[in-house]
Amino acid sequence: MNAPFPQRPRPITIAILAMGGEGGGVLADWIVDLAESNRYIAQLTSVPGVAQRTGATIYYLELYPRAGITDAAHEPVLALMPTPGDVDIVIASELMEAGRAIQRGLITPDRTTLIASINRVFSMTERIAMADGRVDAEKLIEACRSAAKTMHAFDMAAIAEATGSVISAVLFGAIAGAGVLPFPRQAFEGAIKRGGKGIAASVAAFTAGFEATTAGDATVKTPAVTLPPPTLDGQDSDETPTRAPPHKPVPAELLEEAEKFPPAARAIVRAGIERTADYQSLAYARLYLDRLAPVAKADSDGRLITETARQLALGMTYEDTIRVAELKIRPSRFQRVREEVRVNDGQILEIAEFMHPRTQEIADTLPAPLGRFILHTGWMRGLIDRLTRKGRVVKTSSLRGFLLLYIVASLKPLRPRSLRYEVENAHLVEWLATVQRIAATHYDLAVEVAAARNLVKGYGDTHERGRRCFDALIAMLPALSQRPDGAAQLAALRKAANADDTGAALEAAIAKMKEPQLEPSS
Amino acid sequence: MAERSFEQEVEKLKLGAGAEFRGEGILAITKALLESGVSYVAGYQGAPISHLMDVLADANDILAELGVHFENSANEATAAATLAASVNYPLRGAVTFKSIVGVNVASDALSNLASGGVTGGALIIIGEDYGEGSSIMQERVHPFAMKSQIWLLDPRPNLPSIVNAVKQGFALSEATNTPVMLEVRIRACHVHGRFETKDNVRPSYTLRDAMESPRRQTDRIVLPPASYLHEKEKIETRWPAAVKFIEDHKLNEFFDGDLTDIGIVLQGGMYNTTLRALELAGLADSLGHSRVPLYVLNVTYPLIDRELVRFAQGKRAILIVEEGQPEFIEQAVNTILRRADIQTQIEGKGLLPMAGEYTGGVVRDGVKAFVRAWRPDAISDAPPSNEGAVRIAAAAKAIEHNVHPRPPSFCTGCPERPIFTALKLVERELGAHHVSCDIGCHLFSILPPFNIGATTMGYGLGGAGASAFNAKADRRAIAFLGDGGFWHNGLTSSIGNAVFNKSDNVHVIVDNGYTSATGGQDVLSSKADNKIRSTHNSIEKAVRGVGVEWVRTITHTYDVGQMRDTLREALTTKEKGPKVIVAQSECMLNKQRRERPLMVKAIKGGERVVRERFGVDPDTCTGDHSCIRLSGCPSLTVAPNPDPLRTEPVTKVINSCVGCGLCGEVAHAAVLCPSFYRASIINNPSRWDHLKARLRNAVIGFLQRRIAARQFAAAA
Repeated sequence: MNAPFPQRPRPITIAILAMGGEGGGVLADWIVDLAESNRYIAQLTSVPGVAQRTGATIYYLELYPRAGITDAAHEPVLALMPTPGDVDIVIASELMEAGRAIQRGLITPDRTTLIASINRVFSMTERIAMADGRVDAEKLIEACRSAAKTMHAFDMAAIAEATGSVISAVLFGAIAGAGVLPFPRQAFEGAIKRGGKGIAASVAAFTAGFEATTAGDATVKTPAVTLPPPTLDGQDSDETPTRAPPHKPVPAELLEEAEKFPPAARAIVRAGIERTADYQSLAYARLYLDRLAPVAKADSDGRLITETARQLALGMTYEDTIRVAELKIRPSRFQRVREEVRVNDGQILEIAEFMHPRTQEIADTLPAPLGRFILHTGWMRGLIDRLTRKGRVVKTSSLRGFLLLYIVASLKPLRPRSLRYEVENAHLVEWLATVQRIAATHYDLAVEVAAARNLVKGYGDTHERGRRCFDALIAMLPALSQRPDGAAQLAALRKAANADDTGAALEAAIAKMKEPQLEPSS
Repeated sequence: MAERSFEQEVEKLKLGAGAEFRGEGILAITKALLESGVSYVAGYQGAPISHLMDVLADANDILAELGVHFENSANEATAAATLAASVNYPLRGAVTFKSIVGVNVASDALSNLASGGVTGGALIIIGEDYGEGSSIMQERVHPFAMKSQIWLLDPRPNLPSIVNAVKQGFALSEATNTPVMLEVRIRACHVHGRFETKDNVRPSYTLRDAMESPRRQTDRIVLPPASYLHEKEKIETRWPAAVKFIEDHKLNEFFDGDLTDIGIVLQGGMYNTTLRALELAGLADSLGHSRVPLYVLNVTYPLIDRELVRFAQGKRAILIVEEGQPEFIEQAVNTILRRADIQTQIEGKGLLPMAGEYTGGVVRDGVKAFVRAWRPDAISDAPPSNEGAVRIAAAAKAIEHNVHPRPPSFCTGCPERPIFTALKLVERELGAHHVSCDIGCHLFSILPPFNIGATTMGYGLGGAGASAFNAKADRRAIAFLGDGGFWHNGLTSSIGNAVFNKSDNVHVIVDNGYTSATGGQDVLSSKADNKIRSTHNSIEKAVRGVGVEWVRTITHTYDVGQMRDTLREALTTKEKGPKVIVAQSECMLNKQRRERPLMVKAIKGGERVVRERFGVDPDTCTGDHSCIRLSGCPSLTVAPNPDPLRTEPVTKVINSCVGCGLCGEVAHAAVLCPSFYRASIINNPSRWDHLKARLRNAVIGFLQRRIAARQFAAAA
């Protein structure tokens, strides 16, 4: 091997993975300015195109020291795209994008410093799921830790938010804090100041990013990841209202009833007691506990009672017009909206609701015989249908709107006689009986039956569709209880019910399950 | 007004001799045009040369000062036809558009131009939209150059080389009476670099000179017998002239290396990637010294036989680095060397992939394989650390299903989204319809959450793509068309065609005021006042002008109910002939860019300003996400459920919401759920606002205290 080249500096290679419209370009421009102002040559490329419209995109930079140039005829030749295995610094503005960098081979354990924000911007796939479609963020973080030489990862979106700036400034601070570029901190700040726009906020965000990075020991190969409690989305951690008027507490002796349940179920049972008491009355909460008691007896490892306690509480507190009206006018709700839309003291907030009560919902709220009369009397139904064809915008912050909802909410004492209550209650009692019946012989299957109640949720069409899916699952029980893998099969059906909103996947899954099984006789 | 403003950057176009220019590739190209004494420039936007059009528009004053005329062409055919000005007069002209689709549209004019030839330099700047981030079919411009005999430049992707290619391109065009294409790859268009500038040059012969003393040469017009003459002239005169010019001016470059028995022939645009590949193989350094001799084709058509023979002579093997397929260069080199009876082995698409972008990793592997095959002694290929490779593979495997594709989609508050929401709702009533799409942001409808649309046949061809579905049937086909595509050619190709052929189909023209997908440039129907262009020309008038009787213009697409009802009517009306719906609402990206600064200023100035945004109540949201499936707005996302009893994430509206109102409309029209609310935030409230608020707060506060006293604590 003959190496005719004297040892020359290699360019510093930097890939920025971002989403269109996130300010990745601003960050890249800062790095260019930083380098060019400090005796480096900088080359930057990007692929703007339609990726700008919220798609994933990469900015790529190479920096080369002017000192490395030997003669004017030989300018450095810098690459226009990252080569896998040849990237010094990968900057990701979001956790899934960091994962993408791993998949593209840009992060390698021998050389890459990964600077990533671990906040999540959910993908379309995650957002349109009918239940929980979110990917496992821990897995992504673990993969980053394992693929990178060094990693600096924390929730930079939260810092940007707190400093009133954008994520690119926090990332820039993290790059400075990581000490991976041969420029002092002041040089970074100089680039921000020359940039011109929103300097004060950018510098604040930069400083916060710098400090968050240096606070961990930057020389450690994989510094500890700071996770915002209690969820991965740091922006949501303080969503509970703080200044709303005090509530009436649920009597302690009632809450203590939860202690009679297996430890695993206690938190859920307590939440269930509070929910049912809040929804209707203390007597209603006692009914909840009475209904749960027999299930607790049938429980063997805590799973059945936990799931039943959860679903029973949700089922008993279905969202009817009374409930919605009540939730909308609560002082704590007004406070939450103020915080969420960030109203300050000089501003006035008005809140308007988008409601579309149809004949069905109106009949549901009325006493059962009257409700049924409306639904089954052609002219009556037609009249109300016509009146309710359009949705209504109710301004809850106005006296008229507030009083309207206040009156609806005050129908609460009538609820147990309403048509909806009758229907829901019958359905719930039947489900509970099924759970208990199956639990006696097929415990695992019973746990799944309890969980399947979760399909019944939402409003209007969504609720009806959920009910249909649930009924289809229950109809399969006689067959499933004959199979050793009945519980797993029911879980698969529940998953299929959540796969699309046309019911096609569930239909196919049921059809497949009904096919004669070709099992070897044993 | 375009999405990105170059008002500051265009100042760099005034730099004189000896100054250093720092900036983006497209800006450097503009500067090179001015230094070349260009008389007129035209083009049609599209990545990656949209910004070139934006730079030219923003530089209009500078251009005018130099006597340079700039046009936003109606389409690429118009742009190419503009070069007719260089046929009879010594005027230098340049046009620009994107490959390959732009070249396709321009091909009629390009063929005519190339046949008769030019007097003044005619340069066609092609933004090569190939590989990562490309939004079009993966095809080459190369065969277009070959079939029409237009010279094709593919310079090394650094600013001095690109600037030089512009200047030499004009000279080559004039020396050979042939138009010249300058192909610039997507990253080169956007590369930030530097070069030394020269003074701008005023064209010595002007458009006015030409208009006031017109000239004509009938033998330059494509009509027999001149057309036969042109073909002969191409081969007998223009080609040899090109070969001579390219050799004399050393447009192609040779780089020596000590491994003289092998070599690499490469497209100029592949230079940086190839050099990095050599560097990673230990065969080059960062300053361009390579051990393997290189022959860089800054001109990829025509090839120069003598140069190739000279390079290949005495070599055992050469590698051809040629991106795209078919491998025209490799085939030609084989022919050339065979004819010269040179036995050098020619490697190319055997070691490098036939199809796909030549990325850093791909070229590195190909170059290494080549050297390993022919000079194994020269390559010290330390095997990559096994432990590292295992770790990467394991990490990638672990997150296999945790990284989703993130394609572009409709922006927050996009006015096109409710059109597709409405269509989804109509399809719930009337069943699925065949939907023909067009080019533009509205094509994002084919992706989740809408999943609407079956084909797209090209810009302005949405209606044309549905034209066969003109048979007796119980369902009509639906065609989409954007305002950009409409004015590009859709008025005739789609609408006129439907009128003439008595089609019953439904055409939805998405009129958002700009060619938004290409960066928000103005079109004829833009609502913005543009001081150098004529805007405010109505689409409805235009379609009525070509004979459409059934036209509905909707001026607020966010009204999903109205949109749905109009679509239903169009799909079911007994009236004959094409049904055209002009769905009008301004592109939100552009609207925000215009209005946000004004709003901030008004608030600062103490004016009463109401800002609206939407929100979701997490305690009534049951986590079904129907609302997201009917909208897909980036501001509409999910968040952990604060309810301890529920596990599914709730829907959440984040602060980037611009309050377009679609969420509420969808909740109403689709009867979804009552969780959405609209928050109106009144800045600098008036005394009346304060009075009203005080009154309300007194009553509501009183009632709320009563509620609180009755309500049990929900969470301890």
